[in-house]
This record gives sequence, structure tokens and C-alpha cells, in this order.
Amino acid sequence: MRRVAVLGTGHSNYMFRSEKPSTELMSETAMEAIIDSGLMPGDIQAFLMGNAWGAFEEGQSTLQSYVANEIGCYNIPATRLEGACSSGTMAVREGFIWVASGFYDIVLVGGVERATALPTPLATRVFVTCADSLYEWPTGFVYPASFGMLAHLYCRTYNIPLSKLEGIMACVSVQSHEYALLNPKAQIHKKLTKEDVLNSPMVATPLRLHNCCPFTDGSAAIVLASEEFAKKLDKRPVYIAGVGQASSGRISSQSAYYPRIRSREVSSRQAYRMAGITPEDIDLCELHDCFSIASLIAAEGLGFFEYGTAGDAWEKGNTRIGGKIPINISGGLKAKGHPVGATGVGQVVEVTQQLRGELMEQGRQVEGARYGMTDTMGADGVVTNIILTTEK
Amino acid sequence: MEYRLPFRQYNKALRKNKLLGLKCNDCGKITCPPTMACSKCAGTNMEVCELSGNGLIVTLSTVYVAARGREAELPYTVALVELEEGPWIMGNLIDIDPRKAGMDLMGKKTALSFKVCPADEFSAGVAAARPAFCVMRE
Repeated sequence: MRRVAVLGTGHSNYMFRSEKPSTELMSETAMEAIIDSGLMPGDIQAFLMGNAWGAFEEGQSTLQSYVANEIGCYNIPATRLEGACSSGTMAVREGFIWVASGFYDIVLVGGVERATALPTPLATRVFVTCADSLYEWPTGFVYPASFGMLAHLYCRTYNIPLSKLEGIMACVSVQSHEYALLNPKAQIHKKLTKEDVLNSPMVATPLRLHNCCPFTDGSAAIVLASEEFAKKLDKRPVYIAGVGQASSGRISSQSAYYPRIRSREVSSRQAYRMAGITPEDIDLCELHDCFSIASLIAAEGLGFFEYGTAGDAWEKGNTRIGGKIPINISGGLKAKGHPVGATGVGQVVEVTQQLRGELMEQGRQVEGARYGMTDTMGADGVVTNIILTTEK
Repeated sequence: MEYRLPFRQYNKALRKNKLLGLKCNDCGKITCPPTMACSKCAGTNMEVCELSGNGLIVTLSTVYVAARGREAELPYTVALVELEEGPWIMGNLIDIDPRKAGMDLMGKKTALSFKVCPADEFSAGVAAARPAFCVMRE
């Protein structure tokens, strides 16, 4: 297997109600990544794109083919990956495999979503199409309830009073909003207090509005190339050191592990093994905080903290810059935003910029970071992880 | 290879208040809701069995923001129940005040009932039944 480098990156503003359609959102950041790489569209050999619900959002399926044509990558193979909130990371992993295998030298990877084109009740219905439609959706199940059930089970399993967990979860949201204030591309630029979180409207017990990420429009793109090719072009190569992906069954089938997510443990261990490192080696992580309880569960599942203890880390600032493991320094899904198909690609862009030391001016640089990790979880347990490094 | 217990048969039975599952003839594990392969040993040598429908509430959440088409049911409580035969199943809690449904219900005994979810344009015309659990008074 060949080593694979991230060359250029592109990243839109994450926002509510984009005036641009997904083709334009995606084409603009795709072209940005190509130009940032010092390449021309004709150099791109294949395009992989994450998009979950374009057909519902804009009546547009097969976006990937139109985007390839828009940007002048005529007749290249363009493939869409769909795994709900993991769609974008799946595209990154797939691109990695294609280049690592030697089949291609240069591939473009992107992701796009225009979720706020849908009114909230319809968006909620569309998002829950990734739940088990026969055996679980009929209960009126929605994703906030999935994580609400996990939150209650987390309290019971680790013997944490609900009021304490609610305070911890508020800390998670407060931290994300603070860092998003420093991220010009974040969707929400608004300082949040613990009281704001604790007084926000209930969505699905015990999760309130400010325990939930927003619906988001946005896109992100990267160019992946073989190490040999990257050395000719890029001055500060960032390499993909490890990747992982795992699937799961319906929620009720995960009984043996809940509130742990088995697929995350499988996926992240694949990535660590491939990179030849352990969780202690990770210097920063962008993880899937679709709901604030999801941050705790993810941070534990990735191996950063003992089960049931991640809340202490957020409360004591150990997940901030300078802490044990800086987490979601972009603002995370909660405040940077969650444009589903783009989310995982956007995380890789963020970690790449962190590893290149490009965020000093924004005041949120994790200095001296050598290994960064991304984590996305789609549907009931479609987990994908990418480990990036500056190590040669 | 055909399903031993397809959705259609499971759904038809649940509408008669019968909860069907699969018992593995190789390892003895009960799987419910059904899958093609045994949830423990991945074998396919399974037979259809009727479950008691009795269980314990593992966890729950009361929903205040619904998906389109389900607003009239708000607020409602979704729960995971551990059936006495072992598997977990998702259902609704009924005969309780959803606004007061909290962690104190976790571990409480339940008995099976059912409700039918109306079909919408995304559900292939299927009106699926789902378990609706009554919480037993102790």
C-alpha cells in the first residue's frame, strides 16, 4: 500500500439557508481544493463525494456527476458515498484506498449538503430515513430521542445523576460555541452560557435545543495524492496515517454494548492499528458531537478517556487547547455546523490545517500537533475515522 | 434464501398483539425484531417463536419535536425494552404521562400492546405496527 497525502483543501462557510444550490456549493470548494493543490481540473483522475439527501433537499440526485462536469473534470468516474452523517468521511476513506492501492495517483474528495432547504419537520423526517424504517421508525423515533435514550442509559450505567450530566452536557456546548466564535467559517457565532443551554426548549428528554447541532448547508473538498506525487507539489505534506470504518445494526440490536458504540471501537482500532499509534498519541480530534452526549460517548469510544469519565475532561478544560486532548476546536457539529455529506470532509480540512499550523491567526491553533483524528457517526452506528499526521 | 420471519408476517402478528421472534436451533439465542442471521452466532438455522411481550424498561426519551406527520402524537415516549427472553426492542410507553416520564421508569416491568404507525409517502405504503408497552404498577 502506498502512502497518501492530503494536498489542497477547500471549505465553504457553513450556514443557514444557502442561496447557492448544492452543485454550486460543491463546485466552488472543489475548485478551491484543486487550485490550492497547484493542479488543474484535468489532473484529477476520479471524484468521490459524500451527500446524504440531495434528492429530498433539491430534487437532485447524482450530484457528483454534474459537479465533475461543472469543474471541468470531464468524464472522470464520479461516485457518491452515502452513509448518513458519515458520508463525507466514507468518501475520504474510499479516496485513500484508491490512491493507496495504486489505481489512481490523484483523486478529488468532496462533500455537500443543503439541509436547511427543508423545513424542520420535513428535515427531521428525512434525517430519520436512515433509522430502521420497519422496526424502529414506527415508534416516532427521531435522532434526538436516540441520544436522549443514550444519555439516560449513560447516567444509569456510570451512576451519574441526571442533573450532573445536564451540567456536563452544557459545558460541552459552551466550549464548542466559544471556539466557533474564532472560526470564520462556522455557522453559529454566538457565545453561549450554561444557563442558555439549561433553559433552552426541550427537544427529546433530557436533550434541549442547545444540546443539539443545527441543520446546516455547506461543502468541503480535499485533493488526495500518492506520496510520490505529493512530494513534487506540496511543501507541507499531511499524510493519512490510518483509516477505519464500521457498520451497525438497528439500535435495539446494539443492546450488548449500549451506551458504548461497538462500531466506533471497531473503526477507531482499525485506524490506530494502521497508523501504528495509540489514543495517547493523538494531539487533537474533531469528533461527532451531533448531540452533546454524543461527544462524551465518542471521546470514550475513541479511547481518550475511561468509560463514564469524559465529562470531567470537559468540565476541567482538558478538551480545550492546552488540555490533554483538544476536541472540536473548530466549534464541532454543534457550532461550526453539520452539513451532513460535507461534515467528515470538513473535519479532515480542519485537522489538515491544524497540522500545517495554519490557524494561528484565528487564535485557535493547537501548536506542535503531529497526529490529528476525525470521527463521524452516521445513522445508528456507521462510524468512520481518519488519522492524519505530519510524520514522514 | 428466504427470510424465516419476514417483516410482513411479524407485522401481521403484532397487529394481533402477538410478538414473534426467532429462536436459533444451534445456539439457543432469541432474536427480535427478526433478522436473517442469528444475532449471536450468525447461523440461519432458526425457527419462529412467540415471545411473552413482557420486559423491563432499559431507557427512554420523551419526544417534543417530531418528524413531519407525527406531530399530532406529541409529546410521546420512545423506549428500549429488554424482553424477558433477552433481546431489546424499541417501542412506545403508553398509559403514562409522557411529560413526567423520567429515569424513575427505568427498570420497571412492561406488558405488550401495539399501535399502528400510519404510512406516509416514504414508507412504501406500509402501515407498520410497533410495540406499545404498558408500564406495570407494582
